[in-house]
Amino acid sequence: MRWIWIDKFVEFTSRTSAVAMKNVSLAEEHLHDLYPAFPIMPHCLIIEGMAQTAGILVGEARGFTEKVILAKIGKAKFHRLVRPGDTIFHFARIDQLNENGASVSGVVRCGGEESSPLVAEIELMFSHIDKNISGVAFPEENFVFTEQFKELLKSYRGGGNIPL
Amino acid sequence: MGMSREEVYAKVQQVLVDALGVDAEEVTPKATLREDLGAESIDFLDIIFRLEKAFTTDPAKPFKIPRGELFPDDLGALMNDEKYVKDGKITAEGIAQMKQRMPFSDFTEFDKNPSLENAQTLLTVDTIVNYIQSKFG
Repeated sequence: MRWIWIDKFVEFTSRTSAVAMKNVSLAEEHLHDLYPAFPIMPHCLIIEGMAQTAGILVGEARGFTEKVILAKIGKAKFHRLVRPGDTIFHFARIDQLNENGASVSGVVRCGGEESSPLVAEIELMFSHIDKNISGVAFPEENFVFTEQFKELLKSYRGGGNIPL
Repeated sequence: MGMSREEVYAKVQQVLVDALGVDAEEVTPKATLREDLGAESIDFLDIIFRLEKAFTTDPAKPFKIPRGELFPDDLGALMNDEKYVKDGKITAEGIAQMKQRMPFSDFTEFDKNPSLENAQTLLTVDTIVNYIQSKFG
């Protein structure tokens, strides 16, 4: 399976905020792994979806020149379960951004409106690893932002391989 | 706008509680960030972000901490330089370099035993309070 936990961007304001959606399907294997008789989307994968939404937002802010990695989960508070058939939306906002990294706060909702039921409140911190780990050599190419992730943003902007 | 040391201390204390997941009682003026409060490398960036947020009073003029000004980021290279560290002890030249890079730290105890191990004691809660006070005092 592919490690992608968001299906598409529905909003994207460079260097500020982004909203990405994910359709949750009973066909997804991971729903059946946590509680076999009660399929839900595991909280850790909801956090990963927010991390991918926010990570692309942070990466795009500096033209995908930085290797942006999730460094810290400051807060992850859950208010409701996510079931098959739900469509969740990750609302991410950059709080701070500098050459070393970024802090992002976000909410996950079951629905695309600000008034949609709240699933989770999540705060994340990202690090630009080349700038933070002295003496450790990383590959020159940006291994963080694969074409799969960049394609999501291209599609939102009307380009990419999938015409809208 | 000036802030009293007590006001600065209270905000710094809350920042460290939030960033490091420690109790307020553990955040004392002389507590070291690494040894006493368990800060790891990635926590220092988080502390910077939270300090900037806590001490920004006007969103149009956010408080920014320039890179390396509070937590010098070239100390690692310095510690690996034979000119500054010999047999686990920091040379006089090395101490001078450190004092230049860490003007907000208290070197009183460190000067008595300038070992590599003791260098951890230079980053304390007071170091941060001293730095912030220099900006808002």
